[in-house]
Amino acid sequence: MLHIPILRKGEPYRSVEIERAVHYRTREPYVQYSRANVGLVRRDLSTQAQAQKILAGFSIAELMAISIKAGKHFGEDDLPLGDSVQSPQQYVESVCATTGLPWVMVRRNLTKIRGVMEEIETVLRGLTRLPDLSVLDKGFGNFEGQAVSFYPRGDSLGVILPSNSPGVHALWVPALSMKTPLILKPGSAEPWSPYRIAQAFIKAGLPKEVFGYYPTDHAGGGEILRRCGRGMLFGDVGAAKAWQGDPRIEIHGPGYSKIIIGEDQADNWEKYLDVMVESIVQNSGRSCVNASSVWVTKHSRKIAEALAERLAKVMPRDESDPRAEIAPFANADVARRLSSVIDGDMDSDSVDVTAQYRDGSRVAEFQNCTYLLPTIIHVNSSQHALANREFLFPFASVVQVKQSELPEVCGPTLVATVLTEDQNLTTRLLSSAHIGRLNIGPISTMKISWDQPHEGNLFDHLYARRAFQMAS
Amino acid sequence: MSQTDLNAKKSAARKALDAHVRKIVNWHFDPETGCPFWLNWAKQNKWDPRKDVKGYDDLDRFGNFQDEWLRGGPVRKWVPKAYANSPISIFETGGSTGVPKARINYNDFRIDYENFSETLPDKFFPKGANWLSLGPTGPRRLRMAVEHLCQHRGGICFMVDLDPRWVIKVMRRGMIQEAELYKQHVVDQGLTLLKAHDINCMFTTPKLLEAICEKVSLKKLGIKGIFCGGTEMTPQFHRFAVEELLEGIYFAPTYGNTLMGLATHKAPTKADNWAIIYYPPAPRAVLEVVDPDNTSKLVEYGATGRVRLTTLTKEFFVPRFLERDECEREAPCDQYPWDGVRNVRPFSRFQKNVVEGVY
Repeated sequence: MLHIPILRKGEPYRSVEIERAVHYRTREPYVQYSRANVGLVRRDLSTQAQAQKILAGFSIAELMAISIKAGKHFGEDDLPLGDSVQSPQQYVESVCATTGLPWVMVRRNLTKIRGVMEEIETVLRGLTRLPDLSVLDKGFGNFEGQAVSFYPRGDSLGVILPSNSPGVHALWVPALSMKTPLILKPGSAEPWSPYRIAQAFIKAGLPKEVFGYYPTDHAGGGEILRRCGRGMLFGDVGAAKAWQGDPRIEIHGPGYSKIIIGEDQADNWEKYLDVMVESIVQNSGRSCVNASSVWVTKHSRKIAEALAERLAKVMPRDESDPRAEIAPFANADVARRLSSVIDGDMDSDSVDVTAQYRDGSRVAEFQNCTYLLPTIIHVNSSQHALANREFLFPFASVVQVKQSELPEVCGPTLVATVLTEDQNLTTRLLSSAHIGRLNIGPISTMKISWDQPHEGNLFDHLYARRAFQMAS
Repeated sequence: MSQTDLNAKKSAARKALDAHVRKIVNWHFDPETGCPFWLNWAKQNKWDPRKDVKGYDDLDRFGNFQDEWLRGGPVRKWVPKAYANSPISIFETGGSTGVPKARINYNDFRIDYENFSETLPDKFFPKGANWLSLGPTGPRRLRMAVEHLCQHRGGICFMVDLDPRWVIKVMRRGMIQEAELYKQHVVDQGLTLLKAHDINCMFTTPKLLEAICEKVSLKKLGIKGIFCGGTEMTPQFHRFAVEELLEGIYFAPTYGNTLMGLATHKAPTKADNWAIIYYPPAPRAVLEVVDPDNTSKLVEYGATGRVRLTTLTKEFFVPRFLERDECEREAPCDQYPWDGVRNVRPFSRFQKNVVEGVY
C-alpha cells in the first residue's frame, strides 16, 4: 500500500506508527502515512531559525518565480509521493478516495490552489498593499513618500490543516513567498494536498529544508502551534476555542457565513435565488465560506420553500460525474450523528422545509455511501438553536429578523453577502467588526478575489511594521 | 528454545499460578488473615471461595472488580487481618477531582521492585549508583517504589516535587501554557540535581524524558540507564528515545499501575519493530487481553482487546479488573512463559466526540 512519510526538514522519515486513511466507499485502507510522535516534532522545531535563514537568502522576486513554476508543477506534473509518484489525475482520485469529494470538486480546488501559486504577485500585492515588494527583501523602503519597515513576527508558520476540502490550502501557500518556512500538520483524511504542494515547490527550486510535514495527533498539533512563531488553525468549535486569544494563532473555525437581504430588496428575493443556492451548495457545503444561513426581513417562509425546492433536486451522483454537487461522508456515523444533532434541535418553532420536497430522509444511501442531502430549516426566531449553525454539508437556516437588528443579531460572520441598496444598512454593515468579508450585491459567498484577503491577512499575520528612520 | 520446551515452561507456570491462586484466595477469605472487604463480600454472595476456587479460571466467579470500591473509606476494610498491626501505606490513583481511589500497601511495592531490579543490567544501572526520580510524587506508589529500587541497589534516590493532579487540572481548564511551565519547573528541578550530584540512573516519564533531553545531553551528565514509565509509551516514542534522545543510554520501558505493580519489558528484537512488550509479574499479577464485548473471553494472540488485570498478593486481591487500556495479546516467551501485552494504549472506545462546524 502507498505510504506517505513525514518530512523532517524535507527529508522523508518513516515512523513506526502508521495511520491509515480509508476509502470513503469501501471503508478499506487506501493509504498509509507515518505519524510523528510529539517529541520528534518538538525536536525538529527547535531549529526552525535555520529554515528561515535559507528563505532569507532568496529575494521575493525569486520566490514568486518559484511559486509560479510550482503552480504549474502542482497542476500538471507527476510529483513524488512517498516512494512513488502521483499524477494530477491520481491526486484528484486520491483526494476523492479519502474525503469523498467528487472529482469535479477536487479539480475545482486544485485549480484554486494552483491559481494562488501562479497569481502570487497579485496575491502578495493584495495582502501587502505594497507597490514594491522588494521592501520585504531589504526590510525597509518607501511607500508614497513615507518610510516603511517590516520584520517577520516569527521564524515559521505552523498550520493545522483540516480534511474537509483542499481549497483551504490556498490560504497558507503564499507564506513561502513571504520568506516563511512551513510546518504542516495534514488533516487525517487529506494527507495529499500539503505533501503535493511541498513537492511542487521543491521541484520548482525551493530548498526542501523549508518544509516540515508532520501527520501527528492532537498533542503534536498543539506543539506545532506553540513552537512555531506564527500559527494557523483550521478546526471545529472546540479546537478553535482552545487557541482563542492567542495573537500568534490565526483561527479558521466555523465561518457562519451568511446571505442577508435588506428590507428594500425583500420583495425581489426571487432574483437572488441562484446566488443563495450557489452559496449554500457549492463544494458540497464543506467550506467555511459556504452560506449556512439566510437572514431576511420578510418572506422568510417563501424563501425557505423556494430554496428547499431547488436544493431538493440535488442528488448523489457518481464520483466521476461532472454534475456531482454533494459529497458523501467518509464515515457514515458522522453523517448520522450530524443529522441527529439537527433533529435534536428541531421543535415547534422550526421546520425542515426540504423534507416535503424529497422522497426519503436527510440521510441518504447511494453506491453504498452515506450522504446528507441539502437541508433548509425555517426558524421563527434568531434565538433558535438552529438559526446560526454550520454543518459539513449544504445546510442553511432561514431566519426572519427586523432590519433594525441587523447586523448585530447575526453574530460573527466570516463572509456576508448583503443584498441591499439601503445606505443606512450598508453603513452599519461596513462598520461591523463581526464581518470578515463583506460582499455588497449578488456575489456568492464562495467567490474569492485574490487581491482581497479574507479570514485574516496573512501578511499582517507574518509581518509587523516598525517605526523607521534613516539618516540621509 | 523449542516449542516443546516452551510448552513445558508454560504448563509449569500455569500450575504455579493455579497453586498461587488457591493460596491467595485462602488467605483473603480466611477470617484469621483476610480483609473485611472480601470477608463481607463472601458473606453477601453466599459462596465460599476457599472451597470453590480451585485454580485461576475459577476467579471468573467473582465477576469484574469495580474500581469504585476503592473510592472512600474506611480504608482499613482493605487491610488483611494478618497485617493489621503492620505499617500500612496508602497509594492513590486519579484524584484531580473528587475522592481519589486508594489501595493499601505494606510490602508489595518492595517485592515488585526487587524482582524488577533483577532485570536491570548492572552495566547500565550500576549497584551503588545514585538515582534521580523525575516523576510524580505525593501519594503515589511510583514515588516510593523508585526510591526503594534505588536503595535496594545500594544508591540514594533524589526526588523532585511533581503534582500530576495540578497538571491535569490546568490542562482541563485549557491552560496549556501553564502546564508547559509546570513541566519546565519539574525539569529544572531535575537538571539542578543532575548538575549538583553524582547521579547515574534515572526514572522518568516519556514526556519528561523528552523535555529534559531538549535541554541537555543526559549522557554527558553521566546517566547510564533510564527506567521509563508512568504513562502511555508508543513504539515510535521507543524508537525516537533510543535513536535520538539517549545516545546509547540503556532504556528500560515499563508498564505499571497502582493496582498491579510493575510489568517488565521484554528485551526488544528487530522483529518487534520497536513494539513495547510487557509481561506481568506472574503469579503475583496476571494481565490478559479480552474481547471488549465479552470480557470473559480472551482474544487470539496478536489481536487487539481490552486489558484485564488480576492482582494476587497477600496484601491485595483484585480479580478481573478491566483496565482503561487496550493492546495486542502477546504470546508467552522463554523468559516469561505466560501471556504478555503489546503496545498498551488508552482504550479507544472511551475516546469519541462529535465534531460540529466546518473548518
